[in-house]
Amino acid sequence: MSVEAGSGVPAERPDSYVSAALRSPNFMIGATITTLVLLLALVSFVWTPYSYAAQDIPNKLKGLSAAHWFGTDHFGRDILSMIMVGARTSIAVALVAVGVGVVVGVPLGLWAAARRGSLLDEVIMRANDLVFAFPALLIAVLITSVFGPGAVNAIIAIGIFNVPVFARLSRGAALSLWTREFVLAARVAGKGAVRISVEHILPNITNTLVVQVTIQFALGILADAGLAYVGLGAQPPIPSWGKMLADAQTLIGLAPHVAIIPGLAIVLTVLGLNLMGDGLRDIFDPRLRRSRR
Amino acid sequence: MPYLLGRLFSLLLSLVAASVVIFLVIQVIPGDPAQLMLGLNADAATVAALRAQMGLDQPLPLQYLGWVAGMLHGDLGISYTYRVPVTELVNARLGLSVPLAAMALLLTVLIAFPAGILAAARRNSRTDVVVMTTTQLGVAIPNFWFAMLLVLVFAVTLHWFSAGGFPGWNNPALALRSLLLPAIALALPQASILARVMRSALLDTLGEDYIRSARAKGLTRRQVLWRHALRNALIPVLTIIGLQFSFLLAGGIIIENVFFLPGLGRLVFQGITQRDLIVIKSVVMLLVFAVILVNFFVDMSYAAIDPRLRRQR
Repeated sequence: MSVEAGSGVPAERPDSYVSAALRSPNFMIGATITTLVLLLALVSFVWTPYSYAAQDIPNKLKGLSAAHWFGTDHFGRDILSMIMVGARTSIAVALVAVGVGVVVGVPLGLWAAARRGSLLDEVIMRANDLVFAFPALLIAVLITSVFGPGAVNAIIAIGIFNVPVFARLSRGAALSLWTREFVLAARVAGKGAVRISVEHILPNITNTLVVQVTIQFALGILADAGLAYVGLGAQPPIPSWGKMLADAQTLIGLAPHVAIIPGLAIVLTVLGLNLMGDGLRDIFDPRLRRSRR
Repeated sequence: MPYLLGRLFSLLLSLVAASVVIFLVIQVIPGDPAQLMLGLNADAATVAALRAQMGLDQPLPLQYLGWVAGMLHGDLGISYTYRVPVTELVNARLGLSVPLAAMALLLTVLIAFPAGILAAARRNSRTDVVVMTTTQLGVAIPNFWFAMLLVLVFAVTLHWFSAGGFPGWNNPALALRSLLLPAIALALPQASILARVMRSALLDTLGEDYIRSARAKGLTRRQVLWRHALRNALIPVLTIIGLQFSFLLAGGIIIENVFFLPGLGRLVFQGITQRDLIVIKSVVMLLVFAVILVNFFVDMSYAAIDPRLRRQR
């Protein structure tokens, strides 16, 4: 299915995506970092240098060494092990939250676009505006005051925040597709709005959605870290990057590495995802590539 | 005028909808606030009396209307834990949170505008690359971690600033000084986003036909940039500033924790740990109200910047 049919710009085939990806430094750097972080998280399921919960008080707040690559925290726990397991938590929270945004937001946006101009469209978009007025942190505060803190609440809070993002994006992208000839042809052929949305609109907005998923994933990692930092995310003993930073705060003068390393983990992960998103955008939209560079 | 009326109507609608959502969410919470306030050993008659006094024995719609009517009169109810009017608690903390958000917004604009304009004007130059790389990094840094690094460098190591706390507004210079590091921490990620938006909005407008006409007419690049491009690039930039205000307010809640600042954020977290629902409800409503209001003003300023919008609707 080619997006560019009839618009004068030759369609890019998937194999040209691969060569474009290889030529995009943003994508290659971003994808490498992201893959490394994912690997780190996956490896932590079967192996970590030490148990993330194992305390060794005599060796607390030790700096970087051969025994403990990233040093130890205030309980003598191995920071590298905690970072690895923490990656799991952060990725899981952010990924599921983005999933919620996509699964709820995209159908809403497509539905609104299929009924554009109707009362339903208006209601969906106004509801989206309303959700947008609640920053993820405030949603988390509300949910936590009802159900108490926990990783699931962080997921719900970030997920709710993601819904209007994907609803707006897919509605906007779908609206312009509904005026195109191939959609008109499908309508003439007697296909209903649902079938057209699934068979013709959705495949054509996938690229846009994939780019947004990487960006929201990065925002999700940041949001999760923030929520965990203020105690609204995953609860101890499960390590999370945000919680590690919260514990490190009072020790920052004494043992800076305890505060610096989890922060670097967050920055690197978010940076990797953002670079990958930028790269994907350039790869998927060759016109943009030409005009921006 | 119809444009303004329409926007005012949808502003009111958003406020009502937001307040209903917040009210209902708080209703879901298990446990009786009156019982919570008096403790488990209180006798039933006292609890019932307090319930009546707090209006908890009324039907939900009436409770909601009572809450809204109270808010309109500046009465947010009595805090369960502090036993003082929530309005007092909130007012005391607004004196910190609002200046902090305002300072952060000002810093954001002061950093982002020059950086974005410079990068766009000297596109693909070394300046552009530096701005783009720095902002890419800035977007990836969690503001609370950046705040901790600022504390490490400027408070713990260099002793230029105190590591936290707020001396109050009796000495404005000292007060501003203690808000400077938190404001910088809040502003950096937002300034990075805004600088990138500014750059790409400017590049978009610089590619327009009327810019080429203006250049053909004999205007210099600089004149075109300041006279034509900037004004037209402001619409997307303003939209983002509007959105950023909500991030600055919400982000302030987290940053206040890093610097031990007695603002709305601290109030909310104390509310959560002490299950002081009326405090949570009030602060969340206040922040959402601020976000909705700011976005309304952003919409209004579109019309001021771009007269076409006024005529269209």
